[in-house]
Amino acid sequence: MATTTIAPALRRKHRRARLRTLGFLSPWLIGFSVFFGYPLIATVYFSFMHYNQIQEPSFVGLRNWKYVLTQMPLFGPALWNTLWLVVVMVALRVVFGLGIGLLITKIKSGAGFFRTAFYLPYLAPPVAATVAFVFLLNPGTGPVNEILGAIGIDGPSWFNDPNWAKPSLVMLSLWGIGDLMVIFMAALLDVPKEQYEAAELDGAGAWGKFRYVTWPSITPIVLFAVVTGVVQTMQYYTQALVAGKLASGVTIGPGSVIQPGYPDHSTLTVPQLVYSIGFQNFNTGAACVLSLVLFVIAMAVTTLLMRKRAGLLPAED
Amino acid sequence: MSLPRMRICLSVALAGAGLLISGCANPSVGSDRDDPTQPVTIKFWHGWSDPGEVKAVNDSIARFEKLHPNIKVKAIGNVTDETVNQALRAGGDDAPDVVSSFTTNNVGQFCSSGMWADLDPFMKKTGVAKEKVFPKTLLDYTRYQGTQCALPLLADSYGLYYNKDAFRKAGIERPPHTMSELKHDAEKLTRRTAKGSYEQLGFMPNFRLYQNSPDRLFAQWGPTYFDKNGKAQLAKDPVTKQFFTTALGLINAQGGYAAMEKFRTTFGDEMSTQNAFLTQKVAMHMDGEWRGLMLRKDKAKFDWDTAPMPVPDDQEDTYGRGYLTGTVAGISHSSKHQNAAWELVKFLTVDTDQVVRFANAIHNIPSTNAALKSPKLDADPTFRTFLDIAANRHSTALPPSNNGGQYVTSLQDFSYNVESGKVPDLDKGLRELDAQIDADNLQSEN
Repeated sequence: MATTTIAPALRRKHRRARLRTLGFLSPWLIGFSVFFGYPLIATVYFSFMHYNQIQEPSFVGLRNWKYVLTQMPLFGPALWNTLWLVVVMVALRVVFGLGIGLLITKIKSGAGFFRTAFYLPYLAPPVAATVAFVFLLNPGTGPVNEILGAIGIDGPSWFNDPNWAKPSLVMLSLWGIGDLMVIFMAALLDVPKEQYEAAELDGAGAWGKFRYVTWPSITPIVLFAVVTGVVQTMQYYTQALVAGKLASGVTIGPGSVIQPGYPDHSTLTVPQLVYSIGFQNFNTGAACVLSLVLFVIAMAVTTLLMRKRAGLLPAED
Repeated sequence: MSLPRMRICLSVALAGAGLLISGCANPSVGSDRDDPTQPVTIKFWHGWSDPGEVKAVNDSIARFEKLHPNIKVKAIGNVTDETVNQALRAGGDDAPDVVSSFTTNNVGQFCSSGMWADLDPFMKKTGVAKEKVFPKTLLDYTRYQGTQCALPLLADSYGLYYNKDAFRKAGIERPPHTMSELKHDAEKLTRRTAKGSYEQLGFMPNFRLYQNSPDRLFAQWGPTYFDKNGKAQLAKDPVTKQFFTTALGLINAQGGYAAMEKFRTTFGDEMSTQNAFLTQKVAMHMDGEWRGLMLRKDKAKFDWDTAPMPVPDDQEDTYGRGYLTGTVAGISHSSKHQNAAWELVKFLTVDTDQVVRFANAIHNIPSTNAALKSPKLDADPTFRTFLDIAANRHSTALPPSNNGGQYVTSLQDFSYNVESGKVPDLDKGLRELDAQIDADNLQSEN
């Protein structure tokens, strides 16, 4: 009998607690719903519609999916380029950022100068940095190939060569390594000195200290760098677009629509294709399919990395 | 939360999202019931950006405002088709009333989507007999499947600019008339440095150079892009293969694709004083009629002249033809002042005196029959070449498509692969290109 009288009071208490929790969560819930939930639902909805952003959408079933997955010639190259950049660019950025961080933490004098020198490029606006790189690496007039030529090396065509365009983009991203360098420096400086002293007493060399002291301490930061790097590179757009358009030399004027990906679609990434299909050709359905494919891949890779922790974190974590 | 309540909440959320989505998908609609004699300000978006050209546009607007003191025009220049497309889709008060495009490629898309208003009712209301006013080719490229959603606002024709000094040095007496002559002259005009790189190239056919989009050179063959059912038929039209074979022949005769592409990277911007023809890096160059004015303005340090582009050897009787395109103007579907907007469109496209003055000011081809015959037209013979090309019965424009210029983009992509030697089997490649164009067109259909 007691349960019948207590239960309503308990329920009211629980409801109040739930409402309070929801109240505190509401800013996030509203933001999540408006800027993520709604766009995601809309993207799924439009992936089954024909919609040119001017006439009423009409249901076309799986036509957009079939078109993207079997008839769109640029989907394959765009996906391949995106995955190539995810693997190569992220890996090299992490290794390079960690290497520079290690070097700078070891420097006894002038560390401030080198820290600034390596960090400054990161502050350059992506478009300006890309324009500068395309100018420097111009195969016909660029100073890099002139210097290489002076020492007897026939320089490559960099952004104008399909085999060198992606590596050139990787070079550009390594030049702006300042963000990762700072994060790794903070992690490296946070490793307790006593552990290095203990390792030295145990006879550990430079590699041993790195392997058994430094690495276990910084692995959460490495995981963070990898996960954020993967997500950012999945959205790689500005530098590839600017480099491709500038290097192509094709006039960009009123009336002309320049397809991204020069040369030979080697710099075409999925985000560029989404923009081109969705906001140049106004094929909203196909653009939504592309976005969903990218979303699924990004989620799968991130989930895999977080679950397995990429073998970076100790088992007890 | 119990399962049934969760289901109800989820259903309500999904229904709400669905309503929101369908609400967002409704485009704004304009009005053609405004009184054009009432005071109003309309917005005109155009693509001209060169200071001289912008001045000519502004002078035209000043003349219009003098004729229509109640209509004020706010002009915004250097606007791309991409921006126009996006703005008209977004709608709102800042969207333009009068729109223009520098290319005819997208007219099919503008008309079939309803984004640009049908102009026939306006012409009927104001007594404009379009068939009498405009040349047929120009009318054809401003309509799609019977919908006249644009009118020509001057036209462009493409011809050959050639360096007469270089011709004299190479012992060439006249510009080439056939593709074989072009190849022969290009080889003779090509000069190399001691190190083996180019000093001057006879003619660069590479499709990424400035105005060298493949459809422009291809016009010399008079191709048929689509059959009567609207299916792509490039593989079936024998001239397509001839065109690519000729282009490859031109490339190989002058040193090959890779060497020419490397040379191309040393060229300056097309619209600057570092233009490759102006700096004499190329001796012959395909370009539009506006280039002459720029060559004079930039004081070219050599003697130059113009001629029609050469034609295929087996079509010598068509010499004089060229690729036609032009700026087109229309009224935004979302404009709430469509009658006032029509007054501006009518003035810019139909008024003979205005068309002639604007054409002379920016060195474009006038786009009405009366203006083409006007004695006030610029008498410069280098410009007259382009008037003759525009009037030539063999000259062609691109056919409109509901998918805009997507098929031209597909042709461009294919052409880049051909010129760089990545298409070993041209017939197979052309069949695949046709299939791609058809798939893209089907995808864009509602």
